[in-house]
Amino acid sequence: MLDDKDRIFTNLYGFGDWGLDGARQRGAWDGTKGLVEKGREWIINEMKASGLRGRGGAGFPTGLKWSFMPKPDPLRPSYLVVNADESEPGTCKDREIMRNDPHLLIEGCLLACVAMQAHACYIYIRGEYILEKERLEAAVEQCYEANLVGKSNVHGWPFDIYIHHGAGAYICGEETALLESLEGKKGMPRLKPPFPANMGLYGCPTTVNNVESIAVAPTILRRGAAWFAGFGAKNNAGTKLFCISGHVNTRCNVEEAMSIPFRELIERHCGGIRGGWDNLLGVIPGGSSVPVVPAHEIIDAAMDFDTLRNLKSGLGTAAVIVMDKSTDIIAAIARISYFYKHESCGQCTPCREGTGWMWRVMSRMVEGRAQRREIDMLLEVTTQIEGHTICALGDAAAWPIQGLIRHFRPEIEKRIDQYAANPHSEPVRDFGIAAE
Amino acid sequence: MTKLIVDGHEVDVPAEFTVLQACEVAGAEIPRFCFHERLSIAGNCRMCLVEVKGGPPKPQASCAINVRDLRPGPNGELPVVSTKSPMVKKAREGVMEFLLINHPLDCPICDQGGECDLQDQAMAYGVDTSRYAENKRAVEDKYIGVMVRTSMNRCIHCTRCVRFTAEVAGTGDMGSIGRGEDMEITTYLETAMYSELQGNVADLCPVGALLPKPYAFKARPWELTKTQSIDVMDALGSAIRVDTRGREVMRILPRVNDDVNEEWISDKTRQVVDGLKTRRLDRPYVRRAGKLEPATWAEAFAAIAAKTNGLAPNRIGAIAGDLASVEDMFALQTLLTSLGSGNLDCRQDGTVLHPKAGRASYLFNASVAGIEQADAILIVGSNPRRESPVLNARIRKRWLRGGFPIGVVGEAVDLTYPYTYLGAGPDTLGDLPSSFTDLWNKAERPLVLIGQGALTRADGAAVLAKAAELAGPMGVWRGLSVLHTAASRVGGLDLGFVPGEGGLTAAAMAAGGALDLLFLLGADEIAIEPGAFTVYIGTHGDRGAARADVVLPGATYTEKSGLYVNTEGRVQLADRANFPPGEAREDWAILRALSDVMGHKLPFDTLSGLRAKLYAAHPHMARLDEIAEGPVADFAALGAGALGREAFVSPITDFYQTNPIARASKVMAEASAVARGQFQQQAAE
Repeated sequence: MLDDKDRIFTNLYGFGDWGLDGARQRGAWDGTKGLVEKGREWIINEMKASGLRGRGGAGFPTGLKWSFMPKPDPLRPSYLVVNADESEPGTCKDREIMRNDPHLLIEGCLLACVAMQAHACYIYIRGEYILEKERLEAAVEQCYEANLVGKSNVHGWPFDIYIHHGAGAYICGEETALLESLEGKKGMPRLKPPFPANMGLYGCPTTVNNVESIAVAPTILRRGAAWFAGFGAKNNAGTKLFCISGHVNTRCNVEEAMSIPFRELIERHCGGIRGGWDNLLGVIPGGSSVPVVPAHEIIDAAMDFDTLRNLKSGLGTAAVIVMDKSTDIIAAIARISYFYKHESCGQCTPCREGTGWMWRVMSRMVEGRAQRREIDMLLEVTTQIEGHTICALGDAAAWPIQGLIRHFRPEIEKRIDQYAANPHSEPVRDFGIAAE
Repeated sequence: MTKLIVDGHEVDVPAEFTVLQACEVAGAEIPRFCFHERLSIAGNCRMCLVEVKGGPPKPQASCAINVRDLRPGPNGELPVVSTKSPMVKKAREGVMEFLLINHPLDCPICDQGGECDLQDQAMAYGVDTSRYAENKRAVEDKYIGVMVRTSMNRCIHCTRCVRFTAEVAGTGDMGSIGRGEDMEITTYLETAMYSELQGNVADLCPVGALLPKPYAFKARPWELTKTQSIDVMDALGSAIRVDTRGREVMRILPRVNDDVNEEWISDKTRQVVDGLKTRRLDRPYVRRAGKLEPATWAEAFAAIAAKTNGLAPNRIGAIAGDLASVEDMFALQTLLTSLGSGNLDCRQDGTVLHPKAGRASYLFNASVAGIEQADAILIVGSNPRRESPVLNARIRKRWLRGGFPIGVVGEAVDLTYPYTYLGAGPDTLGDLPSSFTDLWNKAERPLVLIGQGALTRADGAAVLAKAAELAGPMGVWRGLSVLHTAASRVGGLDLGFVPGEGGLTAAAMAAGGALDLLFLLGADEIAIEPGAFTVYIGTHGDRGAARADVVLPGATYTEKSGLYVNTEGRVQLADRANFPPGEAREDWAILRALSDVMGHKLPFDTLSGLRAKLYAAHPHMARLDEIAEGPVADFAALGAGALGREAFVSPITDFYQTNPIARASKVMAEASAVARGQFQQQAAE
């Protein structure tokens, strides 16, 4: 278990003062000037050595990403964009950072900008995050007043920070769609290549990072890469915020070391599974877009990128959705299907057409109004979407259904057989989905 | 050059090629919907997926990856692309299935049927059954103007139309609203499109979602006979294909000609079709007791011959209209010359351009394709958007590439690209602001586009001389570019269809009492005062026919084989697609028959005979699709005067109503009304 002294987010629950004074007492903005003066190379090397992998879901090494930024060019300034469009269902870590520890994020922005030689940073906040936006804006205001950021700040790195409030589209959390939205266009992902490091915001080199990746950077640099790399299994270093929701006794956000076994995570922080471990049905370990893992596979699994990938799922954003045996797993996945159908941007064919198709088949399957052969058809449709789209939303829509069919196929077949034994003619029910 | 292996064949292609282009070079066919050579890459239809070895284990959109982005193998092996692998086949089938699940099965009643990309590609790359058991999506049809009819259930969201209006037309009329499967293509609040090129979106649409509205349910593509022709609605001479069924022209489509119109045509070019059928002159008329009455050819000729007898040659004149072919004008010129008259003019609008100043003085010397080489442009007295929308799109295309200062002297109108407004009248030309001249003087290939709005004035010659001075010396690069508004004009000037020694200009001929006999070859844009006995040879019951004493029914541009010389001096041949209605005949044949009755028989009996004479007199007319570079212009020959102060005004006030065919068209009238309504609406906001 992570000791309190090793926690990065010491005000995660908002018990302390979120403002500048409180943040300083907790250690933020301490010796930042010294870190800035150590320069770009040192910061990037330190980040690489820390083994930090992007906390937004894909798990790309953050230091490596920063190193991709080209040399500064007066005609094409570099930009840092912080992705605070936290919309993955089940995920609520960034909002706690922005609410209760905004100064860690701002300090991280400054250091990241030094690392990529950028003088401007944009924070794109999810449309629904009203309080978070206000807190963050107030915190930025405090920093400007204290001259911690700005054109001629005390750290000697000219740096401006802008907060952009989104309009609440899930797809704007995709980095290139986010850039489009930030430029004032319709939030639709761009084709890659060119990657944002070459052609990002306004055609200039840009790095898009998750809030958590940026917010942990100052502490890593202060305490040293070795300290951070000391947590977790190989290649899965550091501490991580886990958002545990669903059928546990106490749902919570908690910072823990990576690779903590699932059982330990739940026992220590969530008071165990509702109804005991025998009642566990399955877990979606990384936000709605990763496949469900059945109880027997997850219970003793380490919660990190590699282990979960080997279970054909993923750590994603570490939004752990726990489902006990009272869950109608088919209905749960159908609801996720609806979400992706609703949030598909409509740009490319497989996702635009396929998400609606999958949702419609899923909502029939919830009642069992389907043929057994349609299970295979549905699985094939998911493979026709997966990997055929511009961005990863197509994959994200396909994986939950693939996970369902992989692990709960008998459940679906049972439902179909039950309906076939007693068919009725009422229309398909609208499973928890608001009328469109 | 970059080497790669496509389906086992090694190809060597330029580094800027996309994988899709490289595959085509290798002879592999890549299906596509959203990709279009002249639009930006969207990569959204996902139909062009190919397998790229060495990349991620998923198919790649070949339209969106550059060959230089392909990674070689670990030992420097060439990148390998396969277009026929099982993965690619499955990917295509998958995408095709997705496209079809919400596409209605209404091919039998869809006008696109038979020339539909989706239909063709579904046959080639689809599967034969449907697994989709849910209800299909229903989308409301949108009103987007008089040119294009929508059937939005069929839309596959390729966004070609959106990209066309944003990039080529520059009006950004269309866009997509909603997201996911609720995404819909529409104009803003379903207003009509503003562009003069809007009809092209129907060509671009790979399915039957956007179709030409006037052509709806009129014909099927396999019933049509296709004839290559040249457009005469403006002086650009766009390459067109005239589709006929029997004697009737059903539609006009663009042909690809990169030197002229790329593959766009204006709405007037495309939808003037119904004007070819209405208000047509299909028999001769003779004015008796103040009223035009039907007559036979013999009666009509006799009436003209009776009038000619004993007339002094200088009391006879001829004005050629804007749609006349070179052959027609040549026949009329030969007839007038043999009658001894020098009263000839092809310049109804009174422009100062004259062949005596050299061919380079009246051509679009930079050439249309040359606009893309220009590095600065000054537009003088012209509204290219109205005078030649396709040429305007070329200017916009050059502007999009950047580093292209644009100055305008004349009317401050929306040209679909931003420009520096320098002033309204000729005095500005002598006193350009330094902010513009600094850029202008740096330009190596400056282009002065001068329109008829600057040349049909009293000080036209002075303006032309001043424009030539600004354009710099005529060397390899000739920057002085005259934009004509009439399809016949350059041909007429090439023939020397202008007043001879002591001859009268068009305006002088039109004045009362100047002449006793006046031939109007389709001249409808000039008011002829009472006095002269007027013979109108033309196609439509327009202004010229109403004024005429004898009306001889002629052939429109689709009904005769004719040469037209476009504004850049390119000689182009329009083939005959159908026949003139009723007793109407080709104009040159009418003149040949009339000349016999008048006792001055023309020295040719066939069109080829006429052309032989024409080519002998004007050798450059034989060099089809080429531009004969004229001698360097001598502007002193036009005589110069002082520059005036009056503001330039474009001669075209209504884009849709510029010639007798367009004025006879119901579609053009409707489009004109919509355009006018819109402009009022815009002003009120």
